[in-house]
Amino acid sequence: MEVATAPAKANTTQPIMNITGSEVVIRSLLAEGASTVFGYPGGAIMPIYDALYDFNDQLQHILVRHEQGAIHAAQGFARTSGKTGVVFATSGPGATNLVTGLADAMIDSTPVVCITGQVFAHLLGTDAFQETDVINITAPVTKWNYQVTDASEISEVIAKAFYIAASGRPGPVLVDITKNAQVQKIDFAGHTPCKHIRSYRPKPQVRNEFVEAAAKLINEAERPYILFGQGVILGNAESEFKAFVEKSGIPAAWTLLGLSALPTDHPLNVGMLGMHGNYGPNVLTNECDVLIAIGMRFDDRVTGRLDKYAKQAKIIHLDIDPAEIDKNVKATVPVWGDCKETLPLLTNLVAQKQHTAWVQRFRDMMDEEKQAVINHECDPKSGEMTMGEVINLLNRLTNGDAVIVTDVGQHQMVACRYATFNQSRSNVTSGGLGTMGFALPAAIGAKYGAPNRPVVAVIGDGGFQMTLQELGTIMQFGADVKIIILNNNFLGMVRQWQELFLEKRYSFVDITSPDFVQVAKGYYIDGQRITDRSHLEAGLQTMLNHKGSYLLEVMVAKENNVFPMVPQGCGVAEIRLK
Amino acid sequence: MKQSFAQAFMYSPNSGSASIKEEYTITVYTENHIGLLTRISILFSRRKINIESLNTSPSEIPGIHRFNIVIHETEEVVKKLVRQIEKQVEVLKAYYNTNDEIIWQEMALYKVPTSEIAAKAKVERLLRQYGARAVVIRNDYTVFETTGHREETDQLIEVLAPFGLIEFVRSARVAIIKASAGFHEKLREFEQAEPGEEVIENEYLDKQQEVFSM
Repeated sequence: MEVATAPAKANTTQPIMNITGSEVVIRSLLAEGASTVFGYPGGAIMPIYDALYDFNDQLQHILVRHEQGAIHAAQGFARTSGKTGVVFATSGPGATNLVTGLADAMIDSTPVVCITGQVFAHLLGTDAFQETDVINITAPVTKWNYQVTDASEISEVIAKAFYIAASGRPGPVLVDITKNAQVQKIDFAGHTPCKHIRSYRPKPQVRNEFVEAAAKLINEAERPYILFGQGVILGNAESEFKAFVEKSGIPAAWTLLGLSALPTDHPLNVGMLGMHGNYGPNVLTNECDVLIAIGMRFDDRVTGRLDKYAKQAKIIHLDIDPAEIDKNVKATVPVWGDCKETLPLLTNLVAQKQHTAWVQRFRDMMDEEKQAVINHECDPKSGEMTMGEVINLLNRLTNGDAVIVTDVGQHQMVACRYATFNQSRSNVTSGGLGTMGFALPAAIGAKYGAPNRPVVAVIGDGGFQMTLQELGTIMQFGADVKIIILNNNFLGMVRQWQELFLEKRYSFVDITSPDFVQVAKGYYIDGQRITDRSHLEAGLQTMLNHKGSYLLEVMVAKENNVFPMVPQGCGVAEIRLK
Repeated sequence: MKQSFAQAFMYSPNSGSASIKEEYTITVYTENHIGLLTRISILFSRRKINIESLNTSPSEIPGIHRFNIVIHETEEVVKKLVRQIEKQVEVLKAYYNTNDEIIWQEMALYKVPTSEIAAKAKVERLLRQYGARAVVIRNDYTVFETTGHREETDQLIEVLAPFGLIEFVRSARVAIIKASAGFHEKLREFEQAEPGEEVIENEYLDKQQEVFSM
């Protein structure tokens, strides 16, 4: 038996006679290199938990407080570690509680394998206790799912699950195992990882003629512009990407999930795209002549109105998923493939260049944005505290080395705009789905995925109340997660829209909170509330120095807005600074 | 460049205007796996696209299944849909075609009272005219069958209605792509190199009394 942290090798396990399907589940997970499982037991998955009892020294199990917490934790784990997150949940409500996390992992391409218990195969379709049609409920939010009704299928299906979850464009996979298969005894021949499925093409073939066409466009361009997304991180192509950026001298802007793929202080990192992105990166999208999109999918929050998006530019689109090419923005030259393979090919063919005047335009616009927005947001000196100044101080105290996990809303936009990062896999957030309640459980998983790095969860007062029960998980397992609640006593992003577009009709955005510090204390987690700027730095330092988890609640301005902003239905060039 | 990419990637020589809705027949080659029908059909329902006709059956290659799906949409929408279908792990290949790129048929059955048929000799002539044939003749009713395009099978309903049509049913469209020889060869080689796996069904549904459960 190999140790839990060793990577999977072909045929790693020996044949074992007469063991239960449940034991096969555990042995297969270990052979796949799983080290940590986030889960919650229940009737239909009891045999698997019984088998886990004997493997507790090899397969660490983190008992969450709600299955949604388990899958968000597995997502956080996957995002920081680059490995596949693993979840256990029982049938019925246990499985349906995973749906939000599956949808989140699907839209954000996060590799997760969920194992759910299911009622006995002969009870399927009888409305048995805790029976629900998990396969059909989760079909639209999984990359693949499968129901096992016989123990002989288990090892092969788990092998397929891991292969599908992590290969190509990653995504969540769910394996539903009926209880009879869990208790059934079989002779287990050993687990063989899957390397190929005949109907599945994880990566499209790289076609050199398109790489050459792309290089030609780039070399002829006067104002080329790179947009990069999470594909760079998922492809482990950060260094290939950096080499491409540096040789071509092209300014590069990131999507919400591309954040941290290129260090913040890199001279060609020009900032964030999208609705609350930076001024220059949005405006200059409509002035570049060649747009090079790498591992990003032209989400509507990035593009604004499509008929006013980069109409003047030739578009080069690098993506591993052929369905993304031409989905939202027509590609002049599509470059299918894993960017880890295509970027070096492209780097080879592009001329070494500097686009000094063009890059300077981004810098000039950044200066404008600083004057109009950033200086005040990040260093207000007087008046109410701002979210930006908290992030700014945090940058200073962590030197940009922390993993920052954010929830959804104003604090998320502020944190992603202003947080500084030195290394990849440092930004964990719910991008595509916008799942409030994501951050606290995701931060727990992020810590298990990157145990040697500081993990700071930045959460709003609304989102924190959606999954605060996971403080119990932190309490029980001692995950060293620092929690900053940016409390503006509002559901701030919705309030901002109501202020700007609905004549300040604040419909149900005024949310009351408990005493968060006392709540944390109830879970034996230390913390304090900061109401005054003069205590903020000391408070953050206390939090970072504290051994173990700590909660810092910061009372920020109630009615502050996130700017710049591309109003809905507007083009990116119509971005507003105030 | 845009157009050449589309043509290289999709099997579609049609390069007509993208914004006109017309009938498209989507052909999907898949594994024979439980649940795949759902995975494919929800791609349509998610976008609120009505499926006009759906047929699923074994293909000419044992071990490989074939879907024929008919929808009324623009080429732009169909093209994106077909890519989403191809993205499914258990889908081998998907194509879309306009009606002039395929040969297709639908089959229809018509149940009529035998007494009416027997009394009116005109019916026999009509049936011959529409290429129909009798599949069952009983004292009480007779069932006719015909195959053809939608308009043809529709016409026969109108013709038979005055004779007391009791029941009518029409199958989904089955379609063959005119220029499919190349892919057929590839598919055959593919199946020979790597035969598909047998589908595993639930063997326990009729064994409720024999199994302990909790």
